[in-house]
Amino acid sequence: MLELLATHYAYALMFVLIAIGLYMIIANQNLVKKVIGVSLFQTAIFLFFISMAYVEGGSAPIVPADETPGELVVASPLPQVIVLTAIVVSIALTAVALSLVMRIYAEYGTLREDTLTEVRADE
Amino acid sequence: MSSVDLVPVLLIATPILAATLPIALGLRFDRVGWSIAALTTTGLFAATAFLATVVYGDGATVTHALGDFPQEYGIELVADELSTLIALLVTGVAAGVLAYTRTGGPRGNTFYTGYLLLTGGLLGLTMTGDVFNLFVFLEITGLGTYAMISSGDGPESAVAALKYLILGTVGASMYLLGVGFLFMATGTLNMAELATALPDVEGQGETLVRVAFAFVFVGFSIKVAQWPLHTWQPDAYQHAPDGVTPLIAALVSTVSAYAFGRVAFTVFGADFLATTPYASEVVVTVGSISVLAGSTLAVIQRKVKRMLAYSSVSQFGLIVAAYGLVTETGLVGAVVHLVGHGLTKAGLFAAVAVVSVSTGARTVDEYAGLAKRRPVAAMAMTVLLVSLVGIPPSVGFVGKWYIALGAVEAELWPVAAVIFLSTMLTLAYAARLLEKMYFTPAAPTERPVPPGAAATDGGSPVETDDPDRVTVGMIGLVVAAAVLVVALGFAGGTFYDLLEPFVEEVFN
Repeated sequence: MLELLATHYAYALMFVLIAIGLYMIIANQNLVKKVIGVSLFQTAIFLFFISMAYVEGGSAPIVPADETPGELVVASPLPQVIVLTAIVVSIALTAVALSLVMRIYAEYGTLREDTLTEVRADE
Repeated sequence: MSSVDLVPVLLIATPILAATLPIALGLRFDRVGWSIAALTTTGLFAATAFLATVVYGDGATVTHALGDFPQEYGIELVADELSTLIALLVTGVAAGVLAYTRTGGPRGNTFYTGYLLLTGGLLGLTMTGDVFNLFVFLEITGLGTYAMISSGDGPESAVAALKYLILGTVGASMYLLGVGFLFMATGTLNMAELATALPDVEGQGETLVRVAFAFVFVGFSIKVAQWPLHTWQPDAYQHAPDGVTPLIAALVSTVSAYAFGRVAFTVFGADFLATTPYASEVVVTVGSISVLAGSTLAVIQRKVKRMLAYSSVSQFGLIVAAYGLVTETGLVGAVVHLVGHGLTKAGLFAAVAVVSVSTGARTVDEYAGLAKRRPVAAMAMTVLLVSLVGIPPSVGFVGKWYIALGAVEAELWPVAAVIFLSTMLTLAYAARLLEKMYFTPAAPTERPVPPGAAATDGGSPVETDDPDRVTVGMIGLVVAAAVLVVALGFAGGTFYDLLEPFVEEVFN
């Protein structure tokens, strides 16, 4: 068990981060912190992909100019490409989320979810 | 490369590129957005129809490898019997809803940018043959939807959009996590490659595949709005502008449900669902509970839009339950119900929009005596509600019939009972509306006073009660949906024949 944890600590850490992100989304009353929670949740998944691509003793997956480079040990490039794309998507999402939060603040004058529920119930 | 191979690419690239035009040309011309959107979506529909003649006529699956990369590295776009049918629905509804937004919908060129982006995302979701690419399109669709919902005038729409954004992102991320596990187990992301690699996975890899399915299922449960993860949907449908709700209600969850079916049957395969302990049982249970919870919640709603939103939860429950049956008939039923429900909801929400624009009525009580005031809209709405309940001849009946038949074939009697119960519950909320429209006389005091908020588009407040704001296009859209729903009710056998090659492949 301990040995498994010592060799696979990256995966364990990822699930801890995912849990923290989800907890922030559910339990935090502040809308901005909820958005931070979403970002953390997504970032944890990116870390998962990156650690999955790791090859022991491997270097960055750059093909050398030499025509016969011999045997190369490199990390798998595909998950890294995936994460690049996913980061772009997540930035777009965060931007949209924050603009919505700004609009909510401009209309209701609050960032807290419980206050928001009260204000909307009054209307 | 023949010209038809290019159609799947054009279907995705054209709307996304055209999405820049309303903003760019909007600098010079004032109301150019609608024309661009109408031209693009009509063109897309024509292109999809052409694709359909090839796919169904020649019985050939059209695939396009982007950038000519070999299948195991590159991204493929696949138009087979199933995805072409969904693409027809997407382009048809996207072109049709524009008939409403011309005068009734949110205005402005940026709105049509979002509209085209959403259409492109949905078509990408339909056509892609790569599980990671599917995630990207899931998020593009999501971004388009959040923007569409928040284009409403009131502040409520921003709250609804943010709620959907947070839940939708979690759902898509769960799916991505599932993709990660699939990649760990097999080392590929292509759907066709995965389908051949997955049955050979053994030992520890099998656990990875099961975990992957669990994450994929939970992710899609959020996107498809299955109970208890449905909470974003009623808010989103209710607070979205009237012109946007038909599009979102008809397509967004529908295409997500299609994507779940695609991943479950093409990637994981029917064998995996049937042999993995509790996999199909969990899917069936979640679907069945959604059917009951969704329709029960729909019965107690006062606002018509919210009622129809909860009805969507229950109808998608039927589809998810049908996936879980893992029989050929059940799968055909799920697809027919997807298409039928999409058309029905597009028509119903368009009818609700017409009613609210012409009379200001939004709650079930305010619909009293509507048949006298708006006979055509009330008539079309009746036909659509009848289809929702599943009374023949209508497409709603065909879908439910196949699903029920599949449940009987699989000898899952509780599911058959749930389908019967759902019909009764659907009748309960549909009949409530019908009774108000046809048999309750409109109380003169109940005549809704146009609220000040109705004048946000610059018109005078009195305009709310002006029937002239209902254009021929709006009524035409609602009537066309009603006619189509009945016409497709006679096409049950045709659906079965069209989908048969795909279903055969899945189950053999």
